[in-house]
Amino acid sequence: MLGKLKWGIHPETHKTPTEEKTIESNALPLKVILPVSQHIGTPSRPIIKKGDVVKKGQLIAEGSGPVSSNIHATLSGKVAEVSERPHPIMGTCLAITIENDGLDEWAEDVLTERDWQNLDNAEIIQIIKDAGIVGMGGATFPSNVKLSPPKDNKIDTLIINGAECEPFLTADHRMMLEHSERIAVGILILKKVLGLENVILGIEDNKTNAIKVMDKALAGTNVKVMAIPTRYPHGAEKILIRTILNREVPSGKLPMSIGVVVQNVATAVAVCDAVRNGIPLVERIVTVSGSAIAEPKNLKLRIGTSFAHAVEQCGGFKVTPEKIIMGGPFMGVTQYTTDVPIIKGTNGILAFTKEEIQCGPQSPCIRCGQCLKACPMGLNPSMLSILGERSFAEEALNEYHLLDCMECGCCAYVCPAKRRIVHYIRYSKKLSAQKGGQ
Amino acid sequence: MVIVIAIIGVMALVGLFFGLVLAFANKKLAVEMNPLIHVVEDVLPKGQCGACGYAGCQAYAEAVVLDKDVSPSLCIPGKKAVSEQVAKLTGKAAAEIEPQYAFIKCCQPAVGNNKYDYSGINDCLAATLCQGGPKECKYGCIGLGTCVKQCVFDALQINENGLPEVDEEKCTGCGKCATACPKKVIAMIPAGSHVSVHCNSLDTGAVVRKICKVGCIGCGVCVKQCPYSAIIMKDNLAVIDSSICMDKCDNSVCLEKCPSKVIRTYKISLPEIKNAV
Repeated sequence: MLGKLKWGIHPETHKTPTEEKTIESNALPLKVILPVSQHIGTPSRPIIKKGDVVKKGQLIAEGSGPVSSNIHATLSGKVAEVSERPHPIMGTCLAITIENDGLDEWAEDVLTERDWQNLDNAEIIQIIKDAGIVGMGGATFPSNVKLSPPKDNKIDTLIINGAECEPFLTADHRMMLEHSERIAVGILILKKVLGLENVILGIEDNKTNAIKVMDKALAGTNVKVMAIPTRYPHGAEKILIRTILNREVPSGKLPMSIGVVVQNVATAVAVCDAVRNGIPLVERIVTVSGSAIAEPKNLKLRIGTSFAHAVEQCGGFKVTPEKIIMGGPFMGVTQYTTDVPIIKGTNGILAFTKEEIQCGPQSPCIRCGQCLKACPMGLNPSMLSILGERSFAEEALNEYHLLDCMECGCCAYVCPAKRRIVHYIRYSKKLSAQKGGQ
Repeated sequence: MVIVIAIIGVMALVGLFFGLVLAFANKKLAVEMNPLIHVVEDVLPKGQCGACGYAGCQAYAEAVVLDKDVSPSLCIPGKKAVSEQVAKLTGKAAAEIEPQYAFIKCCQPAVGNNKYDYSGINDCLAATLCQGGPKECKYGCIGLGTCVKQCVFDALQINENGLPEVDEEKCTGCGKCATACPKKVIAMIPAGSHVSVHCNSLDTGAVVRKICKVGCIGCGVCVKQCPYSAIIMKDNLAVIDSSICMDKCDNSVCLEKCPSKVIRTYKISLPEIKNAV
């Protein structure tokens, strides 16, 4: 099953600065900024106004439309503003700013202990939906949508993603070591909702301690813990499914179409908290690392905390960083300010010095084929980048399967000409969407 | 000698055979084409700009000749002259074409007003993928020249401020640049407009003040001052109805009253344009 892997890359993991460090939760920020768009799908609709007093866990923006998600206050205090604020992915976005009153009080209707084994599935899905849980691995797809597949898709396998293949990030790794019990409960809840027997937790084999801990936590259940080879991008769901089940997700389809649902370990924790303890999604684990950070750490932070506050918790910047990234170095998004808040999908904040960043001028493609070997989706990144350079989006779309690219960045990593292949591909995608929309 | 004659004979027969086949095919498989299409196509300016809504000049020629509902006045670059000629050839009535020009609704220099250094692909659309583009103002011109690349008439150029500049003599008003601009900074305005708002920002005045010295702050002074009610405020941005302006106004008070001087005269004056057309 785990044959020799011919795709992907094996970059230096850079996980040592934080993988031994326990998750810390320090001083609360003075304010949190909660963008209404923290997930894939329609933005949420704010239901509070400026001046309102809110408590931790109170619903402040509700999902609108079938693919959307609720947002809760992550601090108790006063709503200072509902305005356009910097957003880590979209540039700017409507956001609710809450000033901390220092009390950190929970809202009354949350924190209800439930016996999840006696709840029926529709109830559990409703709880997950109300708690605003989205895919915590970074893609932020609303979890309740994944858990209610259309009737004609028979789901037979649940894969829990503990691969964490991006360099530097150790948030999921620490989560597995320190909160294995919550993960185990979360997995069992997800398993019950989907009503299936076959559950596999995939963990990359460079995290042997996590594999052991999870094995122990899941003893007595029929959840299998599987060590998968360390290879980037193993955390991408389509790749994980291929490695574990040897099934291929058809082009343009979701894993649901081949009977698989993939959930991240951090999502399992959020599900456990929401269903068992009634806690909505208000905080998450973030790895703060990179050569410009004085003391890299894994932090438990309230959603909406600014990057500046998170970096402060880690002793600030050693030197002025050249580049700050939200997420991993491959698929993360570069930031232009530390005023941006942590959103539901922020698994890391990385700050790099100039020496660490490879940013030379690009040269023409020499068609060496390195990127073809590296591409986990079996695409032709070389040709896609050349078509992008010439704005031939239609050809890229129809003949080179443009939309199958998940922008993992393996091609740009191996490219000896330092071509911005992923940028070209994203440009082509945007261009073809624009043309299609006209 | 006999061999030579035989070869010539055989070749002649083969030639005759294929000639007959071709003659037959020419008659039998001929594609009926209205000769008028070629005549109309010759009249069109051949910029292949697509402003008419068809794939190119030939496609439009075909449509206008064969379909009686297609207007003969769709060719914007061709202006009145082409419209009249096409109308005459196809026996339709020419509609009035308002000559229009591309106009860049931003005058904040593209250099020195950025929130980060952009080093990616040299294209505005590609730049907008990175946090909406490097420019501090999210409505402003990024200045990487996507419009310049689109212009088939060579009417756009990036000036020393890093902003595109329209050469009104070359601009045919096809609107290709306006479609390509990811920030929708380019508007098509009727030739002869006295004044226009050189700003595209829908931000509130306070935000604009912070990031731009030459942005519309939405104060509404121009709306109050205009004696002909040609200016309205829409989403914090002054919008001028050029037709009222052109018809009635000969003393543009809005120009002096605008506190941030975003309402400016348009470069080419009315008589010059009339002569050009």
